[in-house]
Amino acid sequence: MGKTIIEKVWERHKVYEEEGKPDLLYIDLHLIHEVTSPQAFEGLRLNNRKLRRPDLTYATMDHNIPTKDRETITDKIAKKQIDVLVENCKNFDVELAGLNSPNNGIVHIIGPELGLTQPGKTIVCGDSHTSTHGAFGALAFGIGTSEVEHVMATQTLWQDRPKTMEVVIDGRLESGVTAKDIILALIAKYGVNFGTGHVVEYRGEAIRGLTMEERMTICNMSIEGGARAGLISPDQVTFDYLRGRENVPEGDAYDVIVEEWKQLASDPDAKFDATLVLDASEVKPMVTWGTNPGQGVTIDGTVPSPEDGKTDSERRAIEQSLEYMDLKPGTKMEDIKIQHVFLGSCTNARISDLREAAGYIKGKKVDKSVRALVVPGSVKVKRQAEEEGLATIFIEAGFEWRDAGCSMCLGMNPDQVPAGERCASTSNRNFEGRQGKNARTHLMSPIMAAAAAVHGHFVDVRKLDAIPASS
Amino acid sequence: MEKFTTHVGTVAALPYVNIDTDQIIPKQFLKRVERTGFGQFLFYNWRLLENDQPDPEFPLNYERAKDATVLVADENFGCGSSREHAAWALQDYGFKVVIAPSFGDIFYNNSFKNGLLPVRMPLEVVRSWQKRFEDGSLELRVNLEEQVIEDDHGGIHTFEIDGYWKNMLIHGLDEIGLTLQYSDHIAKYERTI
Ligand code: SF4
Repeated sequence: MGKTIIEKVWERHKVYEEEGKPDLLYIDLHLIHEVTSPQAFEGLRLNNRKLRRPDLTYATMDHNIPTKDRETITDKIAKKQIDVLVENCKNFDVELAGLNSPNNGIVHIIGPELGLTQPGKTIVCGDSHTSTHGAFGALAFGIGTSEVEHVMATQTLWQDRPKTMEVVIDGRLESGVTAKDIILALIAKYGVNFGTGHVVEYRGEAIRGLTMEERMTICNMSIEGGARAGLISPDQVTFDYLRGRENVPEGDAYDVIVEEWKQLASDPDAKFDATLVLDASEVKPMVTWGTNPGQGVTIDGTVPSPEDGKTDSERRAIEQSLEYMDLKPGTKMEDIKIQHVFLGSCTNARISDLREAAGYIKGKKVDKSVRALVVPGSVKVKRQAEEEGLATIFIEAGFEWRDAGCSMCLGMNPDQVPAGERCASTSNRNFEGRQGKNARTHLMSPIMAAAAAVHGHFVDVRKLDAIPASS
Repeated sequence: MEKFTTHVGTVAALPYVNIDTDQIIPKQFLKRVERTGFGQFLFYNWRLLENDQPDPEFPLNYERAKDATVLVADENFGCGSSREHAAWALQDYGFKVVIAPSFGDIFYNNSFKNGLLPVRMPLEVVRSWQKRFEDGSLELRVNLEEQVIEDDHGGIHTFEIDGYWKNMLIHGLDEIGLTLQYSDHIAKYERTI
């Protein structure tokens, strides 16, 4: 019987196995950032341990950093965390994309950008959205700080063999509907823990038709469906994206490695432990109304009522969320007004996301009642957007054009949504307080967020004739 | 890590589904570079009012929850962000055991690494304990060796747990120290790549 890509990557990384124990798995790439690494470095120091493979470790700073005057961090505790990372990277010989580095940016954006993320690798990071890297056919998952320390000391992790799940997405996307809508629709349909205990492979015609950046958007939110990781078998789209990138072999070596990568795709007769399906042609633009990413509806829908919940738990969850979001059942999604728009995060702050939004914004103005922010995912994305003239489009429309970072995705830096106000956000989590205490977050695609910025409320981008041809 | 064999403690129950780690410990408290001192920020946005006084309506602030060491939660507890600060905060606040019908994967793992025991229990049992807590106090006796929880009404409930983690907790082992004993295997693997 054939094997899934998940099994193939797993087999290749097994260092040790023994009956009754998890497998000891080798880690090819360890990405670190300022928030979840200090205690791990401290642990190494206290126990007099070395960092085994600095050459397989790469650091950036992204969560805390200001997106305006990034060199002057006024928050003393945040500043300390940044300084501690610089110091730790120096002492343990880890390459760091610091504030002044052209490589700096959100950890899940720069890995692919630098070609560090490659098919078949095992990749971990002390961050749950590490699943993003799965778009390349890597087995990539988030870990806690104890595990960060474990990887630092041993370059391995003890891992239970996960169950495998395929999510088959066939059909063609309607114009104005994006990868973000696919993943939001999937989680709305199957719930926030459909993937628990599984590694998910996204497959099917619709997935094959997506660019690498769109695939990253989908894999990024695997964790919002509870999956341990999400990935996509690599194909020509993957190989073309990686060609010529900094850490990817060149010339003959590139051809050799591509041949290896081609072997990774799941075999046609591979069996998965579970299967889910979604028809892309039925997906519509999605907007979340609640406080978890599964609480989303189509833009032409309405806010649900607790009675719509299928189980007791679901009814409880709807009730809790309606209260926090201050929404009434039956309200039309298009009637909900917003005060903030955040275009950013590791889900949707790549160049194609900014192009998609700018294509819509061009020649329009942000509504007077709205404060809108664009935060590019990396220094490189920012530069490119400036070169392409996207920055000018945003600025002329009334958006604030910021420096790279996580920013308002979690509001650890000064970018926050005030209590009681609503934000149309391209990020991945609408949890209570995520963007600021008592802030209300609605998740959607970049073009939907751009349209909300212009109108001051949610609108169905399919109804507007301004959808750029590229989207 | 401290050894964990049997623990007897009073319960605090949180009858909310999908509690994510952003709620357990909000982002503004993730800036510390130490592992300690997070208990004071546990459920910060829910536990404390605007003036930083305890919210009397939040279950952890009930009189009978004052010395609770066992948290009875609900479905999908600890989903979301990988922040281990969530486990540190629960532990620092005084919890030794967290019981729920299901957990977020990363949180579940993080708990073991810190000697905080996560126990999966069927939904009906969890909900009945939530109800007991709503009506009055409840004490549970958690026996890890036998994989049994007894409640103070004579109810006995067994639970499943991975043998690897059970062993780690019972003996209070240092996982990294153990893995380093496999250094030869790791070095051998590295020669093949
Ligand atoms: S952008 Fe948001 S989700 Fe992504 S790594 Fe940063 S904080 Fe996490």
